[in-house]
Amino acid sequence: MIIPKLALRNMLGAGAKTWLNGAVLSMAFVTIIFAQGLYRGFDAEVSKTLIDAEYGGGQYWVEDYDPYDPFTLQDAHAVPAPPLRALIDAGRAAPILIVQGTLYPAGRVLPVAIKGIDPAQRQLSFPTNVLTASGDGIPALIGSRMAKSAGLAVGDTVTVRWRDVRGAFDAKDLEIVQVMTTTAQTIDEGQVWLPLATLREMAAMPGEATIVVLDRDASPVAAAAGWSFQGLDVLLKDIKDIIKGKTIGASVLYAILLFLAALAILNTQLLSIWRRRKEIGTMMAMGVTRGRVIGLFTFEGALNAVFAAVVGAVWGIPLLAYLAVRGLSMGANQGDSFGIAMSDTMYPSYSAGLVAGTTLLVFLITTIVSYLPARKISKLKPTEALQGRRA
Amino acid sequence: MENGAIIRTTDLTKIYPMGEQSITALKDVSLTFGRGEFAGLVGPSGSGKTTLLNIVGSLDVPSRGSVEVLGHKVETLPHKKAAELRNRHIGFIFQTFNLLPVYTVYENVEFPLLLLGMPAAARRKAVLAALDWVHLADRAKSRPNQLSGGQSQRVAIARAVVKKPELVLADEPTANLDAENSHHILRTMEDINREIKTTFLFSTHDDKVIGHLRRKITLVDGRVAKDEPGAAAKEAR
Ligand SMILES: Nc1ncnc2c1ncn2[C@@H]1O[C@H](COP(=O)(O)OP(=O)(O)OP(=O)(O)O)[C@@H](O)[C@H]1O
Ligand SMILES: [Mg+2]
Repeated sequence: MIIPKLALRNMLGAGAKTWLNGAVLSMAFVTIIFAQGLYRGFDAEVSKTLIDAEYGGGQYWVEDYDPYDPFTLQDAHAVPAPPLRALIDAGRAAPILIVQGTLYPAGRVLPVAIKGIDPAQRQLSFPTNVLTASGDGIPALIGSRMAKSAGLAVGDTVTVRWRDVRGAFDAKDLEIVQVMTTTAQTIDEGQVWLPLATLREMAAMPGEATIVVLDRDASPVAAAAGWSFQGLDVLLKDIKDIIKGKTIGASVLYAILLFLAALAILNTQLLSIWRRRKEIGTMMAMGVTRGRVIGLFTFEGALNAVFAAVVGAVWGIPLLAYLAVRGLSMGANQGDSFGIAMSDTMYPSYSAGLVAGTTLLVFLITTIVSYLPARKISKLKPTEALQGRRA
Repeated sequence: MENGAIIRTTDLTKIYPMGEQSITALKDVSLTFGRGEFAGLVGPSGSGKTTLLNIVGSLDVPSRGSVEVLGHKVETLPHKKAAELRNRHIGFIFQTFNLLPVYTVYENVEFPLLLLGMPAAARRKAVLAALDWVHLADRAKSRPNQLSGGQSQRVAIARAVVKKPELVLADEPTANLDAENSHHILRTMEDINREIKTTFLFSTHDDKVIGHLRRKITLVDGRVAKDEPGAAAKEAR
C-alpha cells in the first residue's frame, strides 16, 4: 500500500517534470492510436466501397471464371443454376455477364471487359439505371478513369468489337450515356457497362451470366451446380492483405519509433534515478529495502504512463473524435496510387481494442523502462548511494 | 547485553580494497555504548568516523570482528533484516541534511512512520509532536528548498527521532551550520536524549559539538586513541 502512495507523492511533488513527461508520452499515445485508427478506417472504407460497388453480399462465379485471366472469359458464361435463378427472379441477386472486347476510341485500340448488368438491379450502388435510356445506339456507362484513358465523354459514340458465343467477330456503336465518378477503381478501369439484355443478345448468350451478385443480407444458397460461391472473406482477401501489409509496415515503423521513445525515456529515467541516488541512499538508511526501491521507482514510472493516458485522453479524445467525424483529406488521386479503391477523405475509426492495446503497450514499455534503471540503482550499497551528489 | 548496552563492537576492522593496495579504515575497534548515551567520535579527517557510524548503522559490514547492535549481529544480518532494524530502531542525521526534495516538511518527517505502517491518526500525532520538538510546526507545508540550513537540519532531526528510535547516528550534523544554529540543534538533541532516552552517537570535528558531549572517543588512523568523559559529562543524566 505504501509504494503506490509514495510513488504518487513523488510524482505530484515533481511538478513540471511530471507534466512534461505526460505531455510527451501522451503525444506518443495519441499518434499511435490515430495512425492505427486511420488504417482501420481505411480498411472499413475500402471494404464498404467494394461491397457497395462490386461485391454485394458475395458472388457466385461460373466455373471457368478467373478475374485475373481475361482469356477465361471466352468460356466463362452459363445460365445460372436454378437456385440462383430463383434469387434473381425474386430480385435478390443480380447476374452480370462479362465478355472480352475491344473499344476503338478515336482510332485507338483499347481492350476492355464488356459487362452487362440489369439496369434495374438493386444489389450494387452505381447508376445502372441510366442504361435504360433509349437512344439510337447502345447505352453504355463508364467510369471517370476509363473516360480519361479512352478520351471519352458523355454523348460520345464509340465502336466496340466483340466475339459472340460461336467465336464470330461483330462490331457496333456504343453511346456513352454517363461517366460515373467512383472510388472503386475495379468497376472503372478497362471496362464498359451495357444493359444485360443487350449484351446477351450481342454475344448470343441468352439468359447467361458470368457472375451473380447476391443481396447484402443474403446467405449463400445450398447448391448451385457449376457455380462456386465467393464469400466476402474471399473477395476482400486481396485488399485486406494489401492493407494488412501496409499496417504491418506501419507497425514496424511504430516499433522503431516506440523503441526510440523508450530509449529516450530510459535515458531520462536513468539520469533522473542516477541524480536521485543520494535520495535513494537516504531512503535505504531509513529502512527502505531494495525491493521497495525497485517497486517505488517502477511504480512511479508506470504512474507516469497512467498520467499520460489521462492527459492524452483530455486532448486526444476531442481531437480524434473531431477527425473521425470530419475526416482527413488525402488529396486528389492519392487513392489510385495505392492501387486500390479509396476515397479522397479518410475517416479514422478507433476500436476499444485498439485504444486498450495501445494504452497497455505504452504502459508496459514505460514500466519496463523504469524498472531497469531502478533495479540497477538498487544494487548500489546504501553507503555508495549516500555518497551521490552532495547538495 | 549487560547494563543496557545497545552497541558493542569487538575487534572491528574495516578494510577497503583499493586495487593493489588496501585502506584500513578501522583497526580492532572495541567499543560499547549503553542506552541513553550522548557520545561523539572525534579525530582527524580520514580517521574512520564515518565508516564506524555506517557499520553501526548496518549500512555497511565489517571486514573482520563483530558488531552487535540492539541484539543483531551486523556482519551476518540479511539485507532485509538490516533495513527493518534501521527502520524501527535507528535514526540517521547527515551532514548534508538529505531531506527528500519532492516531499513537504511534514511528508519528510512522516516517511519513516509510513514505512513502519503506522496508522494515520497515530502518524499525524507523532509527526506534529516531532515538529514541535524542533520548533518547526509552522513550516509543515514548506518544501526543503524553502528552508534555511538550520531549519533543514531540524527537519532531519525530527525525521530521525519521530519514531522514537533507540539510536540516532549523526555524521557531522553541524558541519554546514553556523554557531547559533549548531547550538540550537545540539540543545534540541539533548532535550530529546533526556526525554526519550535515545542514544546519540555523533561524528564531529566541531568544538561546539564536542562541548556538548558526555563521552568523547578519539579515533586516529582507524584505532581508538582515547575514550574519555566529555565536557558535558558532569551534567545530570
Ligand atoms: N568507500 C570507500 N572506499 C575506499 N576507501 C574508503 C571508502 N570510504 C572511506 N574510505 C577511506 O577510509 C578512511 C576512513 O574514512 P572515513 O570517511 O571513515 O573518515 P572520517 O573520519 O569520516 O573522515 P572525515 O572527517 O573527513 O569525514 C579514509 O582513508 C577513506 O579514504
Ligand atoms: Mg566522515
